[in-house]
Amino acid sequence: MSLRIEDITYVYDQGTAMAVNALNHISVEIPDGQFIGLVGHTGSGKSTFVQMLNGLLLPSSGHIYWDGQDIQADGFDRKRLRANVGLVFQYPEHQLFESDVLADVMFGPKNLELPAEECRKRAEEALMQVQLPKECWEMSPFDLSGGQKRRAAIAGVLAMHPRILILDEPTAGLDPRGRDEILEMVRRMKENLHMTIVLVSHSMDDVAEYTDRILVMNAGSILMDGTPEEVFARYEELEPIGLAAPQMVYIMQYLRGLGLPVNPNALTVEAGKEEILSHIADLNALTGKNFHAVGTGAVRTRKQPQGKTKAEGETVHA
Amino acid sequence: MLKEITIGQYYQTDSVIHRLDPRVKLIATFAYIISLFVVHSWTGYLVAALAVGVVIAASHVPFGYIMRGMKAVIMILMVTVVFNLFLTEGTPLVHIWKLTITYEGVDFAAKMAVRLIFLIIGSSLMTLTTTPNQLTDALEDVLGPLKRIHVPVHEIAMMMSIALRFIPILMEETDKIMKAQMARGADFDSRNLMKKIQSLVPLLVPLFISAFRRANDLAMAMEARCYRGGEGRTKMKPLVYRKRDYAAYAGLAVYFAVCVVLCYV
Repeated sequence: MSLRIEDITYVYDQGTAMAVNALNHISVEIPDGQFIGLVGHTGSGKSTFVQMLNGLLLPSSGHIYWDGQDIQADGFDRKRLRANVGLVFQYPEHQLFESDVLADVMFGPKNLELPAEECRKRAEEALMQVQLPKECWEMSPFDLSGGQKRRAAIAGVLAMHPRILILDEPTAGLDPRGRDEILEMVRRMKENLHMTIVLVSHSMDDVAEYTDRILVMNAGSILMDGTPEEVFARYEELEPIGLAAPQMVYIMQYLRGLGLPVNPNALTVEAGKEEILSHIADLNALTGKNFHAVGTGAVRTRKQPQGKTKAEGETVHA
Repeated sequence: MLKEITIGQYYQTDSVIHRLDPRVKLIATFAYIISLFVVHSWTGYLVAALAVGVVIAASHVPFGYIMRGMKAVIMILMVTVVFNLFLTEGTPLVHIWKLTITYEGVDFAAKMAVRLIFLIIGSSLMTLTTTPNQLTDALEDVLGPLKRIHVPVHEIAMMMSIALRFIPILMEETDKIMKAQMARGADFDSRNLMKKIQSLVPLLVPLFISAFRRANDLAMAMEARCYRGGEGRTKMKPLVYRKRDYAAYAGLAVYFAVCVVLCYV
């Protein structure tokens, strides 16, 4: 049940003076089971691209195949496609409208003309997946907190049982904790429900931590397509297009510049910490300082009465 | 989807019409609308067409862009035409069932259609070439004398400009919500009338909420910048008439005179 995109272009306001080429000859395949990060600067065509994937926008030229079938063919059931390719828009909480949360989540399954009890069952399952507490289910969606609203809205798409779930900036406007919760939830959902995930994001740190394939878009084209390690190894190419690699990539590069043989593929804070700690002796030899690890889970090398702070913190400023 | 509606939108370009004082454009539009109802003859409409043609050419707004705005009002136009066609008394032309089309009816319906088309083109030309801010300033200035009889002119002008400013925003919002609901399987193209009405609920509820939220945010932002109405408020760009504005007024006077004369010929 994969999506294959062949040479699609999309032109906004075609035939007018304001025609804009939003997508330029994109070809890409989205096989089952991947966790894909789609990154790009504002206006790079990410949002246009994801709306193509479930047939909300149709390409000006080119083809999209779902499960081998052309989605533009006559008689192709686009409603089915939209159930299979779930799209969660940016700020999805703005689409809530029902009198209570459960009814809102049931909107999708109802549109698929499923029997009432099946709709209810799916809605309840979806709400469990997004971990919205049961006491919220009968509440008005407008009485929920911001993070809860967003979960309810994501459940609304989840209840259609999509095979591919596309999330357009699901963490926009959330605090760091809310962001981590949503992303953790997505990761868990992927494992529980065996879905393919496409995560549209600005945050390189997020995609580095969660995804196993990254598509970098710029000016309507796909510039890079590869594993996070492959993409961030070309971090210098990301900067001219308004993007940046995760912070840890820069720290690793800096340390390598100092002559410390750290692995440049450490992308997350966790991996970076391990990498620095495993080279802490070299680091002390190089700098002539006395770094040591403190805190839980870290390797303690030496105790110092002066109370030096965390190894990573010191290294960054060194 | 909804991008076709160009009424009330500003078209960014540089032209003589864009540079005119907004008061000129406001008064000219008003005069033009009156002139459309003053003239009754086809010669008169020809003059009106010429006048609007000259302005369109000078405004550098593509004709196709202006006409796209017409699509939205075609229904209203059709209803007017049909009613005028069948309900005007006079010399019978054709009988269809119990209805009669008269010569006068055809004539009147055609004139009505032309009138409405010019009216819409004329007024959209004004908004296409004038930013909402300029328009507000002009309206406030032109209606200024009414302040004496305690008409809240500034507030009215402010409301109008906010309304104009919000049209494209709410359009975009509608488009977004429609897409979001379509992603959940909603069907907005149903032929069934009942289903069509029902399908509007998931669109209108979020749209209203969003409109209220935006209004609230805007009010807050205005208050945060100490907005307190028109009393003693100065302008960053005060309106000053220039030579070209007087020339435009002169042109307008000539046009209006021609229309009035044609009315009595």
